[in-house]
Amino acid sequence: MENLMQGVMEKVKTWARINSPWAIHYNSGSCNGCDIEILATLTPRYDVERFGIKLQGSPRHADVLICTGPVTLQSRDRLVRIYEQMPEPKFVVAVGSCGISGGVFQGCYNVVGDISEVIPVNVYIPGCPPRPEAIIHGVVELLKSLQP
Amino acid sequence: MEPKTAPEKFIVPIGPQHPALKEPGHFEFTVEGEVVTNATARLGFVHRGMEKGAENRTWVQDLYLMERVCGICSHVHALAFSLGVEKLAGVQAPPRAQAIRELVSELERIHSHLLWLGVAAHEGGFDTLFMFSWRDRETVMDLLETISGNRVNYSANVLGGVKIDINEKQADAIRKGMDFLEERTQHYLKVVTEDETFLGRTRNIGVMTYEQADFLGAIGPTGRASGVKRDVRVDSPYTAYSDFPVNLVTHTHGDLEARFIVRIKELYESYRLVRELVDKMPAGELTVKVPRRIPEGEVISRVEAPRGELLYFLKSNGSDKPERVKVRTPSLCNWSSVLVTAVGHNLADMPMILAGIDPCFSCNDRVVTVNRKTDSTQMDWEDLRQYGIEYYK
Ligand code: SF4
Repeated sequence: MENLMQGVMEKVKTWARINSPWAIHYNSGSCNGCDIEILATLTPRYDVERFGIKLQGSPRHADVLICTGPVTLQSRDRLVRIYEQMPEPKFVVAVGSCGISGGVFQGCYNVVGDISEVIPVNVYIPGCPPRPEAIIHGVVELLKSLQP
Repeated sequence: MEPKTAPEKFIVPIGPQHPALKEPGHFEFTVEGEVVTNATARLGFVHRGMEKGAENRTWVQDLYLMERVCGICSHVHALAFSLGVEKLAGVQAPPRAQAIRELVSELERIHSHLLWLGVAAHEGGFDTLFMFSWRDRETVMDLLETISGNRVNYSANVLGGVKIDINEKQADAIRKGMDFLEERTQHYLKVVTEDETFLGRTRNIGVMTYEQADFLGAIGPTGRASGVKRDVRVDSPYTAYSDFPVNLVTHTHGDLEARFIVRIKELYESYRLVRELVDKMPAGELTVKVPRRIPEGEVISRVEAPRGELLYFLKSNGSDKPERVKVRTPSLCNWSSVLVTAVGHNLADMPMILAGIDPCFSCNDRVVTVNRKTDSTQMDWEDLRQYGIEYYK
């Protein structure tokens, strides 16, 4: 009986997660380009809130961590801390060429590298910066992969 | 900037990950009750070491690196860099290229100011205005995309000219876009000057007098809202600004309302300029040839970014790589003004005061030497490197 209840609960949770993921955004050293495109996805033309995706402030409420930029030495610890504060299960989306490979900032002395060197990444969205449509597509792909 | 701590005071830390700011910065406000008595900022989370990185890349590669100092004002960075390199090489971009550079600069200013208007309104809790202005901003993003192929980081510049051209169809689209935006901007001006609730959050908040602004070195729209008559486009015209001049917009009140008004009036100037530019675009070539090795020398180039004066210092040793690239961006100049004007206001006003200078972190997280009277230290590159290694051990 208990097992059955647990199974049902899990199903409900997955359903809720897929239909309304809450996201948090952290910029670990980007040039801003990716960040303004992420903000643009919230505004009327793209409006991801109609899909139930909500950008909010606290890592403790978030399912998805949207990261931009290469990781700088200064923000590395913060990024790890934010990641650790998120409840399980958690997913990471790396936005932009910088998050994938370090982009143009490769080899700068204060840059650790791409995001996957610091935390595990689930989805990469290429582009410099990716268009808002691409960002939405990336998040949708992530949600699709959660479908049981 | 040490936080003053007394037992009865309370320190409110904000950031570096913060829902309202899209970039990391850390602030500490000391409050007594609701009133802020001291403010400190810690920047540097997005310091990447680009100036040093530029020395390992060729001049052409640097153009694309410098464009990514900041995604919001990417064009002006590439512009300042290429103007400097062209001066060093002793060439000048053709008139049509100069006009297109100015056109893209002004379109970028429109996008940046509309972006700021939205963000600042959002900080004050006026989300409707945020959504409206960002919706309208998409118009200019579309225009930038039609002429350059990318919404952000347009890479319009090449050393010696531009790589994009404007045809009649694009010119028409631009004219239409400007008409639409002008109408909308009228509405915004009305909102920020007449709406009671809005004025309650902006009038006489964060006042910076002319003396303070002058002393703290505030520049750009932030300074101009306090009556500082400084604008590189007017003081030392670059690209085509001498043929298509811009009128200086200033205000005397120095409060948040004035900063809104100055930026919105600058939007009108930009609309006018953009229209003039597409109507009277000079004909001709788009590029001149620039040698791969840039002759030895030093140069300073200045342009007016949406946030204020942007200065590049370039030093060449005659090779295909720069010896030194130094960037001075406007946001850093304006930070101190926030920390001063914040004192004495309610904590609830802080987000708007912060947003009032249109802060941007990605461009100002550079190594700075603070010249305090007593304990100032100078480090050379080796010391600094060693210090960094020790610090992060
Ligand atoms: S991918 Fe491009 S736009 Fe995004 S942070 Fe990196 S340089 Fe900026």
